Amino acid sequence: MIPTSEPTARLRPGEGAIARLACLVLQPVLTRVVRRVAARHPSLFARLGPHQATDFLIDPVELPFALHLRPDPQALVFRAVPRDTAPQVGATIRGRFLLLLELIDAEQDGDAAFFSRDLEISGDTEAVVRLRNALDDMDGSLAEEASAMFGTPGRAVLARLRRAYPDATKPREYA
Amino acid sequence: MSLAELICPAGTPAALRTAVDAGADAVYCGFQDATNARNFPGLNFTPDELAEAVTYAHARGTKVLLALNTYPPAGKVDLWRHAADTGARLGVDAFIVADMGVADYIARMYPGVRLHLSVQAAASSPEAIRYYCENFGVKRVVLPRILTIPEIRQIRREIPCEIETFIFGNHGLMVEGRCSLTNYLTGQSTNMDGVCSPASDVEYVRDADGSMSSQLAGFTIDRFGPEEKAGYPTICKGRYAAPHRPEGYYAFEEPISLNLSRLLPDLIEAGVHAFKIEGRQRSKSYVRGVVRAFRAAVDDIKAGREANIADLIALTEGQKQTQGAFETKKWR
Repeated sequence: MIPTSEPTARLRPGEGAIARLACLVLQPVLTRVVRRVAARHPSLFARLGPHQATDFLIDPVELPFALHLRPDPQALVFRAVPRDTAPQVGATIRGRFLLLLELIDAEQDGDAAFFSRDLEISGDTEAVVRLRNALDDMDGSLAEEASAMFGTPGRAVLARLRRAYPDATKPREYA
Repeated sequence: MSLAELICPAGTPAALRTAVDAGADAVYCGFQDATNARNFPGLNFTPDELAEAVTYAHARGTKVLLALNTYPPAGKVDLWRHAADTGARLGVDAFIVADMGVADYIARMYPGVRLHLSVQAAASSPEAIRYYCENFGVKRVVLPRILTIPEIRQIRREIPCEIETFIFGNHGLMVEGRCSLTNYLTGQSTNMDGVCSPASDVEYVRDADGSMSSQLAGFTIDRFGPEEKAGYPTICKGRYAAPHRPEGYYAFEEPISLNLSRLLPDLIEAGVHAFKIEGRQRSKSYVRGVVRAFRAAVDDIKAGREANIADLIALTEGQKQTQGAFETKKWR
């Protein structure tokens, strides 16, 4: 079972301030990344169909904030939000940060992560399925694309994150 | 002579390329509509995507099989006929069909394209299979997952077509092509709309203690404890309380996947021509891992070596696997 990160969870002293600061620092990066992805992968939006207008909350449980995504090509939203001020959304996807990253990059299988309970979804299941299928149809690695935007430091951060992550849901031979 | 072809799933063009690159002999896929039994949101191919996919696969010596394996409602055959026309125009290598009307149309209009009989036709006796062969020129039957290997060997002797069996993936062996459980709860038909447990009717609810309930059309069909592995939200794999089992039990089937990696030599010896991997709804990661593993295993067996297949348990439903009826009729 993954740890809870419900918005209603009690925050320890200072956590709220840390979350807000992290969101402020991260926002320019997120904006740059999502615009780049949208420009390079326009076919992503066709598979989303009516759920281009759906609000998703992507909740990396070990980070002090969540990510709000609305994959509308006319008005893209991708922003970091403190959990206690997270918006009402159509669907929530919750798991450890690097699992979520590897799901986006098709390095992990979403169904397997769901079976193992490492991944939780709630809200509009169809929206989540569409988002998953849209992302899975992209070639290449979003994580590498994003990290490459920030040069050597970006790649170093990604490499370090990957080393830190146990490949629990991959077939052993390929882990 | 069994060729042990590896038939692999693709729900998206990227998954098809992944399957081809991982060593598939053939890839099966479908259009974005009710003509196939994985009509899931955001999944499948447009005609333009299929055209590119066929080009990509054929350039690498891989076949493309188009699943048209649902049943047209009475009087509404145009969607299926149009899909067959498109598939034939794009050069697919075979159609996988279940409905006799669809089979008849393709046999008459495109006699040069192979017909494979889908598992959705639930043809499990020599008599039934021969009927499809004699009347529609079916070249291959995908057998339901209810037969033992000795039964498959016997059927092979009595039919004039190739046999394909599932070897890995979802183990849903309700009466395939006849199951109406989803229709009962949601009004949508697995067999005619191509949707088993449509995502729009599925909801997962996390309880305060960390348990998770999976619901279909408002009905709770299972509740997984905080540390318990989960399965698909399908009614046939739901866990229900009954007067004689108030604690709840799997009344029909269990969340478990088929894995016949240990039985591949026996299946080849029994005359199985092609091995099917289930999972068009799964990710590229699944396709890459499973296809690579079985490609290596089949190649080892063909070369006379002992197959040492990768552990695929992490990719199985409920993280459990079975050899099902292929090993014994008493598997449950």
